[in-house]
Amino acid sequence: MSARVPLPRWVDIALLPLLNVVLAFLIGGIVVVMVGQNPLEAVGIMLYGAFGYGSGFGYTLYYTTDFIFAGLAVSLAYHAGLFNIGPEGQAYVAGLGVILVALGLNGQPWLITVPAMIVAGALFGAGWAFIPGYLQAKRGSHIVITTILFNFIAVSMMGYIISKILKPANVGSDESAPIDAVSRVPQLRLFWDLFKNSPVNISFFLALIALVAVYWLIWHSKFGFAMRALGHNPTAARYAGISNAKVIMITMALAGALAGMVAVNNVGGVQGRLILNFVSGAGFVGVAVAFMGKGHPIGVALSALLFGALYQGGQELAFSMPGITREMIVTIQALVILFTGAMGDMLRPPLERIFGPRAQARAGDV
Amino acid sequence: MATLTPNSEQRLNSAAALPAAIELDGINKHFGPVHANRDIHLSVTRGTVHGIVGENGAGKSTLMSILYGFYTADSGTIRVGGKAVTITDSRHALALGIGMVHQHFMLVDNFTVIENIVLGAEDSALLGRTLSKARAQLKQLATDYGLEVDPDALIEDLSVGQQQRVEILKALYRGADILILDEPTGVLTPAEADHLFRILRKLRDEGKTIILITHKLREIMAITDEVSVMRQGAMVKTLTTSQTNPGELAELMVGRRVLLRVEKGPANPGKVMLAVDKLVVTDDLGVERVKSVSFEVRAGEIVGIAGVAGNGQSELLEAISGMRDQSSGQVLVNGQPVSAFGDDGAARLREVGLAHVPEDRLRMGLVTNFLEWENAILGYQNDYGQGLGLDIGKAKAEARERIAQYDIRPANTDLKSANFSGGNQQKIVLAREMERNPDVLIVGQPTRGVDIGAIEFIHNQIIKMRDAGKAILLVSVELDEIRALSDRILVLFDGEIVGEADPATADEGELGLLMAGVHEGHEPDAAARLPEHVTPVEKTLTEMSPKTDRDIR
Repeated sequence: MSARVPLPRWVDIALLPLLNVVLAFLIGGIVVVMVGQNPLEAVGIMLYGAFGYGSGFGYTLYYTTDFIFAGLAVSLAYHAGLFNIGPEGQAYVAGLGVILVALGLNGQPWLITVPAMIVAGALFGAGWAFIPGYLQAKRGSHIVITTILFNFIAVSMMGYIISKILKPANVGSDESAPIDAVSRVPQLRLFWDLFKNSPVNISFFLALIALVAVYWLIWHSKFGFAMRALGHNPTAARYAGISNAKVIMITMALAGALAGMVAVNNVGGVQGRLILNFVSGAGFVGVAVAFMGKGHPIGVALSALLFGALYQGGQELAFSMPGITREMIVTIQALVILFTGAMGDMLRPPLERIFGPRAQARAGDV
Repeated sequence: MATLTPNSEQRLNSAAALPAAIELDGINKHFGPVHANRDIHLSVTRGTVHGIVGENGAGKSTLMSILYGFYTADSGTIRVGGKAVTITDSRHALALGIGMVHQHFMLVDNFTVIENIVLGAEDSALLGRTLSKARAQLKQLATDYGLEVDPDALIEDLSVGQQQRVEILKALYRGADILILDEPTGVLTPAEADHLFRILRKLRDEGKTIILITHKLREIMAITDEVSVMRQGAMVKTLTTSQTNPGELAELMVGRRVLLRVEKGPANPGKVMLAVDKLVVTDDLGVERVKSVSFEVRAGEIVGIAGVAGNGQSELLEAISGMRDQSSGQVLVNGQPVSAFGDDGAARLREVGLAHVPEDRLRMGLVTNFLEWENAILGYQNDYGQGLGLDIGKAKAEARERIAQYDIRPANTDLKSANFSGGNQQKIVLAREMERNPDVLIVGQPTRGVDIGAIEFIHNQIIKMRDAGKAILLVSVELDEIRALSDRILVLFDGEIVGEADPATADEGELGLLMAGVHEGHEPDAAARLPEHVTPVEKTLTEMSPKTDRDIR
C-alpha cells in the first residue's frame, strides 16, 4: 500500500476517459460480433450517422444540448458537495413554465418569447430543485433521496397536468396545445442549410454560454468559492462564515435552472408543445455526463458530445444494420456509462505506475 | 532524573553484545527529484527507547514507512534482529515483530475494544474462539504493562489516551516486539502523556524495543535512551540522551541556533476589547459544555485558558468566534454585543474585528483541497473583487506577500494546501488571521504539530500582536505554552472557570490541581514527572522545562 499519487493533468482529464471509452467500445464490439455483424462496420455507421452528414450532425448537437444542460446541473451541485440526481424531474417541471409563457405569448415573435421561455424554464426548474435543497439545508433530508423522489413526483404531477389540464379537447394524444411557428425557439436550419431536417436550435448556443458561465461561477466568483469550500469541507466553510444552508439552497436552485434549459431546447425548440415524458432520460444521462466530465465544464462539453453522438449514431445503426436492435444500442451506451462512470478509476492504478513518479515529483511532496 | 542515566547506560552496555533490534544501512528513498531519505544509517538497540527527532519534512515518517512496509527503499539494507530482510507490506512487518502506532488512530469507532484488536487477525470465520483467546491475552497484557482498557467499551466512548492504548494493544496482540510510535503525544493531555510514558517504560523494561518519533524535545529528554536527529532527509547524528541537551538537539534539527524561550516585555493592558458575560454553550447533543463563563480580555494582553482537553475549550472558542450558537449570555467585541446565531455567525464576528486561529486547522482552518492562495483568503473572500466576481489577481498577490512575510514553504500560491507541512499550514492560517489587523485575536492550539523553528516564529508573532495593542485569547492544552505566552491564566474545568493565576508566580502543581478539578488530584508518579520550570520567562519553548542541560543530569 503506497500513498495515492496524483496523475499528470492531461492523463487524468484526457487519456483516462479516452481509454475508458475505447474499452467500452471493445466490449460493445464483442456484442456486435455475437450477433454476426462486423463491429468495424458498425462503428463506421455510428460515426457517419453522428457526424457524417448535416442532418445527422444536427441531431447529435440537439442531443448534446440536452446533455450539456443536464450535465451542468449535476456538476454545479457536485462542487457544493450535493449529488443532484434530479435534473430529469427539474427539466420536466420546467417544461410547464416554458409552455405556460409560450402559450401566453403565443403569436409574438421569438425575440420576445424565447427570453420569456428561458426565464420561465429557469424559474420552474429552480423552484423544483429548491425544495430538496431547502429540505437538505434546513431539515437534513438527504439530497440524493429527495431529488430521486422528486423525479417521481414530477412524473405523476406533470402527467396529471398535461392530460387533465393542458390537453385541448380536440387532441388525441397527451400533449398541450402547440406554439405558433413564429414563437418557437428558432432552429439552426433556418440559417444554415447544413442542418436541414434536424432539430438543433439556438438553445445549443445557450448551452455553450452556460458552459462558460458555470466555469466562471465555480472558479471565478465569490459564490463559487463559498460553494467549493462547502463541498470540500463544511466545517471549514462554517468557520469561514459561509452559511451552509444558504449556499445549499442557492446552488440547488441554480442547478435546477440549468436543468430547466432542457425544456427550452425540447418544448420550445423542437416539439413546440409540451408532450408527456418529453425529457425521456436526458436528465439521467446528465448524471453520467457530469461524472465522465469530472464536473468540469470542458469535460461536460466533451462527454455530452460523446453521448449525443452515441444517441444519434446508435439510432442510425439500429436503423441500418440488421440484427442490431434499439436495445443493443442501449447496451453500448450502458457500457460507456459503466466504464467511464462506475468503473472510471479501474485503469488508474496501472496509469499511476506509468505516470505516477513524475506526478509526485511535480507536487514536491515528501 | 538522576535515576534515568545509569539505567539507560546499563541498558545500552548490556545490549551491545546482542544484534541490534533494527539496523538500517544506507537507506535511500527518492520521490521524483525529492531525496526524502539520504543514505540513512541507524541502529536501534534491543530493549531501549530510541527517539527520532526532526522537523516536519525531515524524512522521519518516510523512514518509518519504509520500516513498516508502506514504501520500499530505493537502495540500502534493513536488518531486523541481525537478519537482512526486504519488508514488502505492513503484514510482513508485523510478522517480523514490528508494530506501528499511527498518529491518527486506525480504529473502527462503533466497534468495541476487543473487536478492534482482533480485526484483521481473526483465526477463523467464527469469532467466538478468537474473541475469548484475545480476552485472555488482553488481561495478560493489562497486568504486564499497565495497559488497562475495558475490552467491551466502544471506541467512540473512550478518551483519546485510551484509544491510543488500544492501538498499542493491537500491535502487541499481533506479537510486536518493536513498537514504532509516530508523534504519540500530539493528541494527549499532559496527564495522559505521563501515563503513556509509564507504559512505554514498562514495555521497555519487559524487553520491547520502542522507536519514538516526536518533535517535542522534552519528551525525548524524559524517556529515550538514545536519540537520532534527522534533517532534510539525512541522519545528522545519533546521541546518547543522557549526554546531550535540548539546545544541542534543537540546533542539530534546525541547522542553526534556536532561541528556546519566549522573550517578552511586560504587558500594557488597555481597554476591554473582548468581554464574555455569563456565556452558556451546549454541544451538538444538547449537553452544556460551557457553564456561565465570564471574563474580559484587554487590548495589549494575552489571556491564556488552561485546561485538560475536553473541558469546554472547543465549545467556548466556537461560541466566541461565531461558529456555534450561544445558549445564553453575551459576547461583546469592542463594547458591542455580537449575536452569533445562524450558520454564518463567523462572518459577522470577522466584520467587527475578531480573528480566529482555530484549534484544528485541518478540520476547520483550511480546506486542504484548496490551493494555497484560496486558503489565504478563506473567510475573507468577499473582500476580493467588486460585485460577484472574485479578484484572483489581488488574492494571489496578497498571498505571495504573506508567503514572503511568514516564510511559508514551498513559496507557491498554486500548490494544494494538503501538500504543505503542518507548520506551514499553520503559518498560512496565522498569516491570514493576523494580517487583517484584527482588534481581537482568538488562538487555539497555535503550535500543535508544528516544528521548533516554526514554534519560535509563531510565538513571536503572537507576542508582536500583543505589543501592537491587540487583545489575545489563547487556548492551549500545553500548559507550558500557556505559561510562556500569557499575561493572565484562567483555568477551565468542566465548563467553568475555576481559577485565575499570574503566570509569573503560579505554581505548576497548583495549576495542575485546578485543571484536574482540585479534589481529583491524581497520584503523581515520581519517575514520570517531567523536569520543573524555573520561571516561565526563562522557560524553553519545546522542551520548555530544563533551563540548561545541567537540570537534566
